[in-house]
Amino acid sequence: MQVTMTVNGSAVTADVEPRLLLVHFLRDHLGLTGTHWGCDTSNCGTCVVWLEGEPVKSCTVLTLMAEGRAVRTVEDLEQDGRLDPIQEGFVQEHGLQCGFCTPGMMMACRALLDRNPDPSEDEIRLAISGQICRCTGYENIVRATRWAAEHEASTSEPENEPELAPEEVTA
Amino acid sequence: MQVPAPFDYARATTVDEAIALLERHGSEARLIAGGHSLIPMMKLRLTRPEVLVDINDLTDLAYIRQDGDDLCIGAMARHRELLESPVAFEHFPIFRDAEQVIADPVVRNRGTVGGSICQADPSEDLSAAFAAVGASMVIRGSSGARVVSSAGFHQGPYTTAVGDGEILTEIRVPIRPRCGSAYEKVERRVGDWAIAAAGACVQLADDGATITDVGIGLAAVGAEDFRATAAENLLRGGPATWERLAAAAVAAGEGCEPQSDQRGPADYKRHLAEVLTARALHRAIDRARGEA
Repeated sequence: MQVTMTVNGSAVTADVEPRLLLVHFLRDHLGLTGTHWGCDTSNCGTCVVWLEGEPVKSCTVLTLMAEGRAVRTVEDLEQDGRLDPIQEGFVQEHGLQCGFCTPGMMMACRALLDRNPDPSEDEIRLAISGQICRCTGYENIVRATRWAAEHEASTSEPENEPELAPEEVTA
Repeated sequence: MQVPAPFDYARATTVDEAIALLERHGSEARLIAGGHSLIPMMKLRLTRPEVLVDINDLTDLAYIRQDGDDLCIGAMARHRELLESPVAFEHFPIFRDAEQVIADPVVRNRGTVGGSICQADPSEDLSAAFAAVGASMVIRGSSGARVVSSAGFHQGPYTTAVGDGEILTEIRVPIRPRCGSAYEKVERRVGDWAIAAAGACVQLADDGATITDVGIGLAAVGAEDFRATAAENLLRGGPATWERLAAAAVAAGEGCEPQSDQRGPADYKRHLAEVLTARALHRAIDRARGEA
């Protein structure tokens, strides 16, 4: 079936089998191999991309379900040769070891920062609680996200506040 | 690589269109909403629908609102929306308790309330929460809508009252005064199914001491209709004393039929059902009194 969607701001059209999963469409059809394919069971979270601005596990989304919608992958974090602050945070705080979980972690943490520009350590850990770092490098992923939050606070206006602050949600 | 068996795909933009597509394709068609239960089962070939009807465009079913004396939850509301809904929390904090421990934050962005209860996994948390609060489900077909109770909705593991050519559109929860509710779950790790879980919704009389009505829901322990009916009957109409709550919790544990599996032996799950029922009842009562 024909599918048309926006990926990282560009319209793409392709002919795909209905059972093709979004993660494989991104990697194998579009060559966007930054999104990793891990557990295949929506447990590990390395395949996290944004669908209509929300992080989702792309191993559990059919390509056709993204018809007419906007997808954002890790390749879109860097803009005009400048790393996103979350990427810079992973560099500065050694947020990766083997790097396999990194794309999903960064997409989830970027979404967190957009909703909550100053997340606590607990809020960061909650945001990545559906993702697995098999190097167990969570401590530095949390630090990398805090680095990005502090860096963004000093260089730009905060993003839009969510209607309900996450600390109220987890109270 | 885990890949589902081949299927045909159609997308519905209205409820009527979804029903028409289901009728056209018969019993081999399945609705797909968030897909976070169905797609993994299709990958494992535990289910092989021939046609998937995608209902993600039915955004008019994504509401959570108060309508008179009911809290109305559209079937397409995502888990995160229920987690963060102020009106749901105001009347039924049990839903926030439960949603905090359903799957993980990324899955909650996608999974839907309606999809979860239609999946009807025996360990599904919202099914127990809806049993506790006395919810009813609105099911639509080409001949109109019908409303079934939570107990009537669940017809066994992975089986609901939603028939071929029908779609769950709404869950209704009656809002009552002096009510408190809570949910307690033990899981092995974030995102896992419950080893056992219990939800309670308690309505107190004006004196703040007498239990006017109570609902107790249990997940993952083989409780009939996700409900601890014997325990409810022990409490209804009497004072909310520690002794009576403890006796009801024991009845909840004795009244369920947990199975031993990789999540734990049956006697441990029965123990959890008792302990979690007691905790949920106490928290629900504290909330009904405005103390929590």
